[in-house]
Amino acid sequence: MTRARAREFRTGTVALYAALVVFGALSLLPLLWMLSASFMAQGEATTFPPALLPRNPTLVHYRDLFGRLALGRYAMNSALVATVTTIGALAINASAGYAFAKLRFRGRDATFRAMAAGLAIPVQVAMLPLFLLIKSLGLVNNYGGVIIPGLSSIFGIFLVRQYALAIPDDLLDAARIDGASEFRVFRSIVLPTIQPVLATLALWTFLATWNDFMWPLIVLSDDAKYTLPVALAGLVGEHAQDVELMMAGAVITVLPVLILFLMLQRYYVEGVTEGSVK
Amino acid sequence: MTAPSARAPRTPWIAPGWWFVAPALTLIVVFFVGPVLAAIVLSFTDFDLYALADPRAAHWVGLRNYSRVLQEPLFWQALRNTLYFALVGGPLTVAASLGAALLVNARALRWKGTARAIFFAPFVTTLVAVAIVWRYLYHPRYGLLNWMLGHVGVQPIDWLGDPRWAMPAIILMATWKNFGYNMLIFIAGLQNIPRELHEAAALDGATPFQRFRHVTIPMLAPTMFFVVIVTMIGYLQLFTEPYVMTQGGPLRATTSLVLYMYEEGFRWWRLGVAAAIAFLLFLVIVLFTLLQRRISPRGAA
Repeated sequence: MTRARAREFRTGTVALYAALVVFGALSLLPLLWMLSASFMAQGEATTFPPALLPRNPTLVHYRDLFGRLALGRYAMNSALVATVTTIGALAINASAGYAFAKLRFRGRDATFRAMAAGLAIPVQVAMLPLFLLIKSLGLVNNYGGVIIPGLSSIFGIFLVRQYALAIPDDLLDAARIDGASEFRVFRSIVLPTIQPVLATLALWTFLATWNDFMWPLIVLSDDAKYTLPVALAGLVGEHAQDVELMMAGAVITVLPVLILFLMLQRYYVEGVTEGSVK
Repeated sequence: MTAPSARAPRTPWIAPGWWFVAPALTLIVVFFVGPVLAAIVLSFTDFDLYALADPRAAHWVGLRNYSRVLQEPLFWQALRNTLYFALVGGPLTVAASLGAALLVNARALRWKGTARAIFFAPFVTTLVAVAIVWRYLYHPRYGLLNWMLGHVGVQPIDWLGDPRWAMPAIILMATWKNFGYNMLIFIAGLQNIPRELHEAAALDGATPFQRFRHVTIPMLAPTMFFVVIVTMIGYLQLFTEPYVMTQGGPLRATTSLVLYMYEEGFRWWRLGVAAAIAFLLFLVIVLFTLLQRRISPRGAA
């Protein structure tokens, strides 16, 4: 390498890392400030110049949220809704995705194409009649009304199908010749084989349900039943001035999903790349 | 289960495949396809609060909801706001995604995994929570953003209180939140570009910028168009950011079509009118989807 080339390489690397630091700081700053402000004393975040770090870190807002404002209950609601949706979605979408990939039945491809076309329809179009349906089933202000419409997802079926296409037919046929029922084949051969995509599907469903806002906002009317995002949006109406308190609430809402993502990153990323290729 | 006959394929009345897809299909038909079809009917009725108590109070009104909505200035404003958000926010987000992907993919970079995780973190966060965080970052007096801009001589901006700035503020926030998603798609795309192409260009004396301009961009272009349109379609469904950050204001500058639909449908319980708005939104989305089909290359979509 000539000296000029080496210098060009070095300045390039410096520029690269500088860009990385700027980009990274912009990504993290809002989240770091949220965390920092949540430990500030009341009023400390509304000073000029803005405080970046708490002078005397305090947990008073967390205590307030879990005590007086019962945020723990909303966290439990969110956890319940997201967990039940995830378990149901796994069972329902895994079996459908597998069948669309590997089982032959009349009308399969036409059904699948119709479903793919359905992906283009925005969910908001269905929302108004869906609300009336939920209401006539007596599921307004009921977790069932939040959970049931989210159980089956076209995206989830796509994801599993894509993965299941790679299962060798011989493997399945061998089990069938040994006398295994289709259900048995699914349970003892297919499910273990597609485990990675199930992890992806579970993670996506859990995070999407935990983060969802519009549908729970519509279905849940009783304060005590709110999920975290709905409760938080309500809280900011009454406590808009209590910046530090609101930041603690935001931390409680965001932290579980961030931790989950950091632990299971690999599966999440696979979902994005698989889903985009289709 | 019935006793299986070992050799011959069984021919049951209903193919087992149907049993496997039945739960999913039933749910999709009952909770999605059905409601979509019902929404068409709903949009031709005057379904309102009274009909909510007794559905017989609803009447067929033909196209009245549509004509009324189309004469409503608020509808046109909501449409303009929504298109503003999608047409500006979409490309901006994708540009940020591409920048981040190039950074993470740079060969000289170590800690690629960490960089990728940091850029992706905003995407997995809860929208309501970070929208509240950004409300305070945008505070005209105490907000971090104005304070930082003050260092480079920018006068304080009333981000969410000024009708001219409210939508740009929401676009900026959405860009921050979402760029990580497309970044992952671009990283995959960049890794699919054969290394020989870059090496051949380098041998011909191309500078890094020329290689970017003449190798990376053309190879990535198909993905890029696809990603821009998909992002814009998602952005046409803007709701939570204005709901939490501005309640659609100031002066309705951030009222999106979905927020408008929500207010008509679930605040004033004019479900017929709201269904008409939903279909007009659908129409806009269909136009974008057709555009996407038009320009998307064979492989994608």
